[in-house]
Amino acid sequence: MATKVVMEALSPTMEEGRLVKWNKNEGDQIKSGDVLAEVETDKAVMELVARGDGVLRKRLTNEGDASPVGTLIAVIAGPDENIDSIVGSAGGASAPAAVPPQPAQAAQGSQAGSAPSEAPAPPQQKAPTQAPSAPSRPAPSAPPAPPRQPSAPPTPPRGNGASRPAPAGGGRQRSSPLARRLASEKGIQLGAIQGTGPGGRIVKRDIENAKAAGVAAARSAAADRLATEGDFKDVPLTQIRKTIARRLAESNGPVPTFFLTAEFDATRAAELRTQLTEMGEEYKVSFNDIVIRAVALALAEHPEVNAHWLGDKIRHFNRIHVAMAVAVEDGLITPVLFDADRMTLWDISGKARDLAKRARERKLLPEEYTGSTFSVSNLGMFGIDQFTAIINPPEAGILAIGGVEEKPIVADGQLEVRQRMRVTMSCDHRVIDGATGAKFLQTVRRYIENPLALII
Amino acid sequence: MAVLTYRDALTQALREELQRDDRVFLMGEEVAQYNGAYKVSKGLLDEFGPMRIVDTPITELGFAGVGVGAAMVGLRPIVEFMTWNFALLALDEVVNAAAKILYMSGGQYKMPMVFRGPNGAALQLSAQHSQAWESWLAHIPGLKVCTPGTPADAKGLLKSAIRDDNPVVFLEGEMLYNVKGEVPEGEHIVPIGVAELKREGDHCSVITHGKMVLVAMKVADDLAKEGINIDVVDLRTVRPIDVDAISRSVQKTNRAVVLEEGWEICGMGSQVVDFIQRECFDDLDAPVLRVHQEDVPMPYAKNLERAAKPDAGKTIAAIKKVMYLD
Repeated sequence: MATKVVMEALSPTMEEGRLVKWNKNEGDQIKSGDVLAEVETDKAVMELVARGDGVLRKRLTNEGDASPVGTLIAVIAGPDENIDSIVGSAGGASAPAAVPPQPAQAAQGSQAGSAPSEAPAPPQQKAPTQAPSAPSRPAPSAPPAPPRQPSAPPTPPRGNGASRPAPAGGGRQRSSPLARRLASEKGIQLGAIQGTGPGGRIVKRDIENAKAAGVAAARSAAADRLATEGDFKDVPLTQIRKTIARRLAESNGPVPTFFLTAEFDATRAAELRTQLTEMGEEYKVSFNDIVIRAVALALAEHPEVNAHWLGDKIRHFNRIHVAMAVAVEDGLITPVLFDADRMTLWDISGKARDLAKRARERKLLPEEYTGSTFSVSNLGMFGIDQFTAIINPPEAGILAIGGVEEKPIVADGQLEVRQRMRVTMSCDHRVIDGATGAKFLQTVRRYIENPLALII
Repeated sequence: MAVLTYRDALTQALREELQRDDRVFLMGEEVAQYNGAYKVSKGLLDEFGPMRIVDTPITELGFAGVGVGAAMVGLRPIVEFMTWNFALLALDEVVNAAAKILYMSGGQYKMPMVFRGPNGAALQLSAQHSQAWESWLAHIPGLKVCTPGTPADAKGLLKSAIRDDNPVVFLEGEMLYNVKGEVPEGEHIVPIGVAELKREGDHCSVITHGKMVLVAMKVADDLAKEGINIDVVDLRTVRPIDVDAISRSVQKTNRAVVLEEGWEICGMGSQVVDFIQRECFDDLDAPVLRVHQEDVPMPYAKNLERAAKPDAGKTIAAIKKVMYLD
């Protein structure tokens, strides 16, 4: 079957694209995912990738020409397939008006394409959480759509058993409208779920089972601590909050994350640490302890960051349980400092050391590594200046701590060498807006840069 | 509360409205001397006399037209058809006259009249006398169509129909006349266009009307024993349709079966399914299924007739299918 190649919307606001360069010639063998051409959008030069296999039979646009989104610009087909009617419908290289708008084209392409071809982005918007192997980031609201993976068919058949017929429609994963809505609300990826309806359709009960399984795994005795009445405040979702959550999850996967990076001056913290170390072993603390203490105190001032996303509401916790990522032999684990805001710097130091040691010995109890309200991950000891950490749902944020190092900075017009520390906060945008996260980081900065506040 | 048959509930509504407003009169075949083919007008001739309880010749088109004329000059006629199968002869007056006069006279003539009689299949009356017409009539702008399934709704809706200034088609059930139920005394009004949730459950919505309400209630009882609880939404009127009631139920249960007495193609269920897909798309966990008469003229043979009719077994099968339990 022939695959129509159309000018795709490669940026959210793109209305037309200029074909900068063809990477394939007529007659070239094409595999789905191959980069056919480079296209200049209103924002950048992007790659246009093939949505089907075959031979690039016809190029309908010249390098340098601009075409509105949706215009047919090439045809991929079998070597001997008759493509006259398709080419004819284009009405020449620069007559886009004869071509239906892009979504229709895309749908056709998908039906016509061979197995690995996925409908281009716009139709996928309706089903934001498709199989993970099918790139599900919708181009219109995300920056550059990554090149489609040419490998494996987009979705393995989700049949419940051998007797189930394979899903029709070129392997599209089936799900009921309700299942899609629930999955989106609960931040569950449909691709990770086995459907139990006819033809492998994912239905409500599959989402509920997935949720029960996922949440059950994450909960334990420690979770009960979080559920204690009065220890949290549930915030009903406002319309704007719902819209933000839905739109951003469509754009950016189930946890729509953004990142805030700040550089703190850690000179005083480093001095404090040196002084404490000089006082003796029992006073010694690590930078990590200092950061955890600062984060805990800052969280106390910003409950909106100390929160869980629960799908139908946001839960702000009054108690502060900070998880710290600890590298272990074959992965990592996040032991929790419960009520970290009520612990002294030395409490934190002792407890953190104990947890980390037992984590590496694999001796942590489940209730010691679940039930956190916020997380901190520190790779400074590995010489990492700065990195981004992945949010641990349903938490709303994680702070990634880089190493403390000497840097030249300009202060009051003078060049000075100071100890600097870069942190990056990953925020679930459904819960935390940019300004909210920024204010939280300001508070963390205040504590780090005025570390006496951490020991009084 | 008094327990009455569906028949007696209708008689009570007629009597109360005849007493309440002397512009109201009843006419039709055998309604007076014979007390009605199904005895719905029993005793009314004695109480109200031959000017208000009027026997007509066997001329459906003729007396329907007389009714339209009477309504145009200010009376409030109730035209009884011995069955709606016979009313096909009168459809020109119902569709082209009654339903259009208000519109075509630019609002000068109101049409406060009721066309009533039994609708749908009884037992072994064969193909020509076993038909449910509500989708034909509900198709027509200008008509209202009532399909009561219980004695209380029969009384309350008939009173609303008689008081309405528009032509109201009132579809009774031949097999319902002997069904008993509690009926409020006196001024009991059921508004036209308002459905009733006759049974509450979380697992599936059964949307139905008329004679099939009883079937749905039986289905609800049977399934409750298996732990399946269904909403039974009784539309009560099929024009206008209470879309909000349908949406509320389907948004709660996420699945629906539409049960009706008539045929599949262009049946009432088609319209209900359309409302559901428009209003509840994101709430649906399964395609909406329909249960209806098989797509054939009603057979005479008892076993074939039973096989052709919608029933509790077919409804239960459909419910289990939309619940992915089959």
